[in-house]
Amino acid sequence: MTAALPARPPTTPTSAARPPVRRRLAALRAPAWLGAPVRRLVSAVAVLWAAATTAYAALLLAPGDTVDILVGDGADTPEIRAQIVAEWGLDRPEAVRYLSYLGRLLHGDLGRSYQLQRDVGEVLAGQVGPTVRLTLAAAAVGVVLALVLAVATAGRSVWPRRIVSAAELVAVSVPQFVIGIVLLFVFSFSLGWFPVSGAADPQALVLPALALGLPVAGVLGQVLREGLERALEQPFAVTARSRGLSERAVVARHALRHALLPAVTLTGWFTGVLLGGAVITEALFGRPGLGRVTMQAVSAKDMPVVMAVVILSAAVYVTISALLDLAYRLIDPRLRSV
Amino acid sequence: MTELAITRADSAPDPASNPAAGPPLVAVEDLRVSFPAAGVEAVRGLSLSIAPGECVALVGESGSGKSVTARALIGLAGSGAHVRASAFRAGGEDALTFGPREWRRLRGRFAGLVLQDALVSLDPLRTVGAEITEVLAEHDVVPRPARPERVRALLEAVGVPDPEVRVRQHPHQLSGGLRQRALIASAIAAEPELIIADEPTTALDVTVQAQILRLLADRKAAGTALLMISHDLAVVAAVADRVLVMKDGLVVEEGPAREVLTAPRHDYTRALLAAVPSASPGHRRSARSPGAAPRGPVLAGTGLSVAYGSRRAVDDVSFRLHAGETLGVVGESGSGKTTLARLALGLLAPDAGEVTLRGGPWSALPERRRRPLRPAVQVIAQNPLDSFDPRHTVGRLVADPLSALPKRRRRERAAELLGRVGLPPELLGRRPRELSGGQRQRVAIARALASRPEVLICDEPVSALDVSIQAQVLDLLAEIQAEDGTALLFISHDLGVVRHLSDRVMVMKDGRVVEEGDAGEVFHHPRHPYTRELLAAVPRLPE
Amino acid sequence: MAVAAPALRPGARPRPGLVLALLVLAVLVVVVAAPGLVTRVDPLAADPLRALAPPGAGHPLGTDHLGRDVFARVVYGARHSLGIGVLATALAVGAGALLGLAAGLATRLAGEALARLFDVLSSFPELLLALLVIAITGPGTWNVVAAIGIAQIPTYARVVRAQTFVVRRSGYVEQAVTFGHSRARVVARHVLPNVVGPVPVLATMGLGQAVIATSGLSFLGMGPQPPAPEWGTMLAESRDYLRVASWVAFSPGVALTLSVVCLTVAGRHLQRRFEGRTP
Repeated sequence: MTAALPARPPTTPTSAARPPVRRRLAALRAPAWLGAPVRRLVSAVAVLWAAATTAYAALLLAPGDTVDILVGDGADTPEIRAQIVAEWGLDRPEAVRYLSYLGRLLHGDLGRSYQLQRDVGEVLAGQVGPTVRLTLAAAAVGVVLALVLAVATAGRSVWPRRIVSAAELVAVSVPQFVIGIVLLFVFSFSLGWFPVSGAADPQALVLPALALGLPVAGVLGQVLREGLERALEQPFAVTARSRGLSERAVVARHALRHALLPAVTLTGWFTGVLLGGAVITEALFGRPGLGRVTMQAVSAKDMPVVMAVVILSAAVYVTISALLDLAYRLIDPRLRSV
Repeated sequence: MTELAITRADSAPDPASNPAAGPPLVAVEDLRVSFPAAGVEAVRGLSLSIAPGECVALVGESGSGKSVTARALIGLAGSGAHVRASAFRAGGEDALTFGPREWRRLRGRFAGLVLQDALVSLDPLRTVGAEITEVLAEHDVVPRPARPERVRALLEAVGVPDPEVRVRQHPHQLSGGLRQRALIASAIAAEPELIIADEPTTALDVTVQAQILRLLADRKAAGTALLMISHDLAVVAAVADRVLVMKDGLVVEEGPAREVLTAPRHDYTRALLAAVPSASPGHRRSARSPGAAPRGPVLAGTGLSVAYGSRRAVDDVSFRLHAGETLGVVGESGSGKTTLARLALGLLAPDAGEVTLRGGPWSALPERRRRPLRPAVQVIAQNPLDSFDPRHTVGRLVADPLSALPKRRRRERAAELLGRVGLPPELLGRRPRELSGGQRQRVAIARALASRPEVLICDEPVSALDVSIQAQVLDLLAEIQAEDGTALLFISHDLGVVRHLSDRVMVMKDGRVVEEGDAGEVFHHPRHPYTRELLAAVPRLPE
Repeated sequence: MAVAAPALRPGARPRPGLVLALLVLAVLVVVVAAPGLVTRVDPLAADPLRALAPPGAGHPLGTDHLGRDVFARVVYGARHSLGIGVLATALAVGAGALLGLAAGLATRLAGEALARLFDVLSSFPELLLALLVIAITGPGTWNVVAAIGIAQIPTYARVVRAQTFVVRRSGYVEQAVTFGHSRARVVARHVLPNVVGPVPVLATMGLGQAVIATSGLSFLGMGPQPPAPEWGTMLAESRDYLRVASWVAFSPGVALTLSVVCLTVAGRHLQRRFEGRTP
């Protein structure tokens, strides 16, 4: 481990030689007002590039012939093999292959599924709708439930808090599909209120959205409540109370914004939970969507589709975290002026 | 410097001698506040009354219960607090019968609260204007359309320039002094009869502190009563009519300010007053060993500069520190004194200039060659807890610099060192978190002494401590210096503390040294206007 | 003034929830180590004549659609469901801690680059990353270990790097530098112990998530292949019989939930204790 040690001791510069790199680079920096959006864009591109590269690396690292892997469990004819070699440039040098892969993605071309004999983009586009509806509904369930519970219980008497935090513990600890099975058993099989599967009518969205949204509500609720309780002990909350504000007003006007800040930073994680969870939820409730396409592709080893799903989810993540970064700046003025 | 005293004498005659003063605004008898969950009894039977227009000061060290008392007076002791009193009247009503609704009606309108640091006492996510408007709206002081104008007027009244600009700014965009003024504006927005100020100037530089104290005195002159909470007797001396000295939840002494501060009756008050390090002339320590000077400085800096981006934290600073002497470095926040400490320690490389140790290179050495010399230059920081490895016991901490000694000798030496700083050897097995603030700083000193350093760099070593503990730690440093002939580079924002220990003084402002010289000379006959301003701003006890 | 920060009170009253969680975890360890001690019934023995029998004599938790004993399958399933979680977490924590330390101690440029890489990788949904691995390797016990382990490496690497950074910039490391100690000594005595300290806490918390991920992949049919008993697989199979035989879903569902709840409770307790010691 010591081999990896820095040339300087592990604190701010100690050896007298030259001013640190950062200071020398300072002169080259973009103007401050440009800094944040540019940095944001660069990091977004970096995430997408890394996603594409990870998917590509997975393909390279996979044992066996690349053509075999791309064919997967699909029909294996000389024509298809020739098509793969041509489209992936497998007869050309490694570097060219990789760059042409990136170039293709840059043009929005996600490649071709040789099993379905269709363009991946086309396969996915047909399934985006139900998944977007499901994840948005689940996100709404999670956020609304978490907000309501956190505001209702933060700093309150011991008992309601204990019950809610126990419920949150369970919500965090139960896998989505177990929640889904319980919901199915109670509301579909026993009470018959909701359909067992499908996505035909809006009613069919209720149980999947709950199953997917409850774990999010559990985690988010905890984070929000802890944030609220911390904020309510801060001096500015004391000042607000000293003005005659009611506890409710202190929460609504002051503490809530502070509590939202840590919650916003967790959004990347929530995006992952929702996207990953959608795969399981769609399988459990027999819903069409990206999740089902993904599972079919994984089972059939249809690599082009799996790679495209990974890249697509990275794109979703990048978009959402860019939006939330913006939200963060709106909430916290301290970030705006620096 | 006596301006404040004059204001008080002119405008606010002693209410006790003023028959026109009405019934007290707040009167509480036998107030008891406990926190059952923590098993703490913070206030144990305190009686207090504040007359209209009067300034009462509650003074005590940390844990004395002064803040809890102040908050209990407006029903804000906290949800975990159990508050009792035999009689409690506020705003002419019986506060013992108050529910949350009655308290809320009183807060802001009857009493406004000013807390320590406006950076966190004003909501950092909201504009200054929104914070002040909130009070106006909550108590419907003026109709909605008139509120922006009222906010502007309030900011102007507390001496905030360009109020139109400031209302749209957030606390972090304002300087410490302006922030504190804005906080006061929000506290007086609903025209309360009483301002409760809990350490209102503690986070501020001394010159800004003087301005805020003057502002509070102005409010009092305008007829508002003031309850002032402070750990600092000198701060309250300027404004208070009456002083209550608290210790362990009880009032140990109470009386007219002048009497308590000049002729204290209780031992604790006397001890507190004696411990206040004074910046006034005539109090000087002479410890420099006569033979030291000709040998040349132990540690010296020439033409030191460090820039962070475009800001020059230290700008062309030179210093010479001789064996056995104390060089005090005084400056307000942002003056570059901590950067200077890091330069002297060899933790930061100067952009220009050089630090030398015993005439040889120090800052210019590569770290590998500096390492063997490091034991000669040690540091005592403001917060010792930060500098302790959280996993280690006191014994391991103190023995850490002694890696050259065999294991058994190390433990003996650690016990010796603890003895030197007045701590019993039983503490060797304890963890720093279990110790009091003063004990921790003693452990830090013991550890710094372990390598028998020639230079001790003290960066605000007593700023986090109560005044009585401060005095003990300062005495300990002086004693060590007298015995070992150690050179001290003593850095502080507190002129009194620097005065207490220094042979020579450097005054820093914005990274530059504005004045340097013999301590007595600088404190008696300051030449630079900034030094004069600093000295004038220091709150003083009445002679 | 003599009031120091409240130290950890070792004699504080035991929390009933924690005691219960630790008891359950102890039982689970026994079940994973020696399922034969708990039940003598073969989890794979099918009896089509007694398919979907409700709980009762002979079959305390009923039988599934092939007439296999649900109790025996839940007991033997623990080895798969929890075992995979433990192995995957070990892989993720081990590799993640090493990478995180390397990134935290490397020069500024290399450290930054590694950190960005962790950020990017941990931004992918873990399940999708795991599915990418499965798409290449195919389903199966060891492949799930690899998939979940690899998918969680970036998370641990990130936390450990952040912790390394905090420790490197801490006052006590700077203090150790002023004593003139060598860099190796500072790293060995102060940096490493303070970085590694929180890792077991992280691992306990992460284990619960790994168990959830394991059962999720099995639920999707990617885990241990039938007829091997695994809680997620059992739940997937039970879905078709939910209307007539809810007990088939009930037992593995409860076992799974209980395990994760207890791991979370234990992990949080460790975390609180740890934070109580080092502020």
